[in-house]
Amino acid sequence: MLHRESGVFKTSYAADMALYPLPIARWTVAAVLLIFVVVLPLSLQEYYLSVINLVLIAIVGALGLNILVGYTGQISVGHAAFMSVGAYTAANLAVHLHLPFWVTLPAGGLMAALIGAIVGIPSLRIKGLYLAIATLASQLIIEWVINHTPAISGGAQASIEVPRPTVFGVELKTQGELYFFLLAFAVAAVVATLNIVRSRIGRAFVAIRDQDIAAEIIGINIFRYKLLSFAISSFYAGVCGVLYTYYFGIANYEAFQIVVSIDYLAMIIIGGLGSVLGSILGAIFVTMLPIAIRIVVEAFGGYFWDTAALSAVAASMRLIIFGLLIIIFLVVEPEGLNRLWRNIRNYFRVWPFSY
Amino acid sequence: MSKRVRLGISFSLGLMGLMLGPAIAQDKEVVIGLQCDRTGATQIVGTTLCPAYHDYVALVNSKGGIEGYKIKVIEIDNEYKVPPAMESHERFKMEGAIIDGVYGTPQIAALNKKLEEDKILGTSPGFGTAAAADGKKYPYTFPIAASYWSQGAAAVKFAKDKLGGNLKGKKIAYLYYDNPAGKEPIAVLEDLAATEGFELRTFAVPAPGVEMAAQVLDITGRFKPDYVITHLFGRSPSVSIKELKGKGYPLSKVVALVWGAAEADINAAGGFGAAEGYSCMQFAGVGHEYPVITEINAMYKAQGKEPPKEQANSVIYNRGVFQAAVHLEAVRNAIKAKGGAKPTGEDVKKGMEQIKDFTLDGLVPPLNITPEDHEGGGWVQIWTIKGGKFEKATEWFQAYRDVVRKHITAIN
Repeated sequence: MLHRESGVFKTSYAADMALYPLPIARWTVAAVLLIFVVVLPLSLQEYYLSVINLVLIAIVGALGLNILVGYTGQISVGHAAFMSVGAYTAANLAVHLHLPFWVTLPAGGLMAALIGAIVGIPSLRIKGLYLAIATLASQLIIEWVINHTPAISGGAQASIEVPRPTVFGVELKTQGELYFFLLAFAVAAVVATLNIVRSRIGRAFVAIRDQDIAAEIIGINIFRYKLLSFAISSFYAGVCGVLYTYYFGIANYEAFQIVVSIDYLAMIIIGGLGSVLGSILGAIFVTMLPIAIRIVVEAFGGYFWDTAALSAVAASMRLIIFGLLIIIFLVVEPEGLNRLWRNIRNYFRVWPFSY
Repeated sequence: MSKRVRLGISFSLGLMGLMLGPAIAQDKEVVIGLQCDRTGATQIVGTTLCPAYHDYVALVNSKGGIEGYKIKVIEIDNEYKVPPAMESHERFKMEGAIIDGVYGTPQIAALNKKLEEDKILGTSPGFGTAAAADGKKYPYTFPIAASYWSQGAAAVKFAKDKLGGNLKGKKIAYLYYDNPAGKEPIAVLEDLAATEGFELRTFAVPAPGVEMAAQVLDITGRFKPDYVITHLFGRSPSVSIKELKGKGYPLSKVVALVWGAAEADINAAGGFGAAEGYSCMQFAGVGHEYPVITEINAMYKAQGKEPPKEQANSVIYNRGVFQAAVHLEAVRNAIKAKGGAKPTGEDVKKGMEQIKDFTLDGLVPPLNITPEDHEGGGWVQIWTIKGGKFEKATEWFQAYRDVVRKHITAIN
C-alpha cells in the first residue's frame, strides 16, 4: 500500500502476523474504503458505476482463479464452467424454491466447489499442459450437460430468469444499488483471499506450487490441498457466476463459454500470478482498458474518419491497441502489473535518496 | 494517502469526465444506440449489417431527418460478449438513447430486465428467445422479425407445399446447431409432426459446426427423408450445403432457416453454381431491386462515391436496412403521436406497437406489431437459388400461427 514503514518494531507474534502490520496501512485501507463506499457512488454517473460493477464481479472470479493458478500452480481453463455451475444452482434455487440471495449465493458457491473438487482429481496425477487439457474437457462437459439437461437449464433456451436481489425489503435494481451489493462481495472476497494465502492453507498451496515432491516430503497432504485449492477456486467462481446471474437477472450458459475462461486467465497473467493486488489490477485492466481505448478513439478519431467509418475503425483499433498494450506490459514486466506497481513503489520508498 | 496520489486520482477522474461528460442532447436530435459485433464470433454478420444501418440513417438524415429531427446513432461493438452489452446499454442510456439495437442472443437475454426497468426499447431481429414475442411479459423487447418458432413452422409449411400439400407419412430431417438457438424450433416441429402426421428426426451438429459428415450420412444413408430443414450458424451452413450435395442429396429438398441464407454462406460452399436448388428463409428482402437501395446508391453517387461494397452480401445488408427502417418508423410514429415533441423511450414503444403495413416497397414484411405481439406476425419469405442467383420462391407468408401462439402462452 502507499506508505513508509520506518520506525515500526514488532514485539509479538500477533503483531508480526497482522494483516496490516503498520498503523498507516490501516488508515490507507480506511481511506480507500471511504472512496469506494461514499465518494465514488455519490460522484459518478450510473454509466461509470455499471463499468465498476463489471470490474467488481471480475475481481471475485480473478481472485478465485489466482488461488488455483497463481498460488497452487495448477492450471485451469475451465473457470467459466464453474461460474455456470454456480449460476444455474442459484437460479434454480431462487426460482423453484424462492430462496433469497443470501442462501442461493453460498449454495451456488458450494455446488461449484463440489464440482471443482471432482474436476480437480486429475490434477493429482498430471500437471502443466496435460492438466490444462483435462480442465478444458471439464469446461466442455459442463457446458454440454447444462445444454442437454432441461432439469438444470430450464428448457430449450437454457436460460433461467431470476428476480432481483432484495435487502431488507428493498429491491436492488439500479446500477447504484447493485454497486453496493457487488462491492460487499468483492471486498469480502479480497479479505478472504488475503487471509487464506497467509494461513497454513495458503503456505501449503505455495509449497505445492514451488515443488510438489518437496512439499509432500515435508508433510503436506498433496491430495487434500490440491483438491482444496480446486474447491476454493471453484467456490469463488461459483459466487462470481451467481453475482453475474443477479446482476443480469438471468442465468445463461452462453455467457460462460470457453472465451470467458481465457479472459480470466488473461486477467491474472497480466495482473500477476500469485498476488491479490495483481488479480484486482488484472480485472480492472482487462475490463476497463477496451472501454478506455474506445473512448479515446471516439474522442480523437473524429479528426481522421467520418462517423460511419469511425465505428468500424474504433472496433478494430480497440482490438489492436488492446493486444499491443498487453504485449508491452508483459515485455516491460513479465510478472505482471502487481510487480510493476511494486517496482514503482520501491523506487519511491527511498526517494529522493535512492542510494 | 499522499498528495501525489490524490492529485493523480482527481486528475484522472477529471480527464474521464472531460472525455465523456453528460452528453448534452440537442433539441432536434433523436439518439439511437446500436450494438454490433464487428470483431467477435459473429463478425461475418456485423461487418455488413451495421454499415447498412448507418447507410439507411444517413439517407434519412440527408432527406431532412424524421419530422424535423436528425437521427444520431451511437454504435458500440460488443464483441458478442455479455458484459460489454450491459456497458453499451448504460452508455446509450447516459447519452439519452431511446432505442437500444441489441445484438446477440445471450446479450438480449441479459438485457431484457434492464430494458424494462429503464424504459428503453430493445430489438432483437432474427435472434433471441421466441417467447419474447409476448409483449405482456417483455414489454420493452421487440423481436420484430420472425422468431425461430415461426421460422420452424414456416419451413414445415414450405415443405408441405413442395411435397404436394400433404405431409402424412412423409419424413422430415431437422439438422441443427447444438446450442439453445438451434434447439429452440424442435418443440414446434414436434408439435407439427404430430398434427400433420410426418415423421421428424433431429440431427445435432456440435460446436463449432464444421464437421457434420456423420450426421449427413445418417440423413442420406439411413433416414432418407423427403425434406431437410437446416438451422445452422456461422461457417456451418456452407459445410451443410457441401456435405448434403457431396452425399448425393438433392439441394432442392433443403430449406435453411435465416442464418444459413446469406450470399457469403453460398459463396463459401462453392458459389451459386454449386448450390442450385437450395432454398433459404428470409426476414428481409434479398437483392438490390428495391427503391430504398437505389436511393442509398444515389446518395453515395451524389457524394462521388461507389455504392458500399457491403451490398454484395445483400441478404445481411438488407437486414441492416430493415432494422434501421423499423426503428425509424417507430420513432416517426412516436413523434407524430406527440405532435412533434421529442419522444421518450415509452413513446417509441407505443410507436413501435403501431407499426402496420410498413413495407418499404417489399423489403420489409407486412409487419403488424401490437402490444401483445412484438414479433409482428412472424412473416418470412423463401428464396431459392435458380440459374446461379436467388429467386423469390414465395411471397411474404406466415404459418401455423395458432401453434406458435400456443407455445408462447405456454412458456410465459
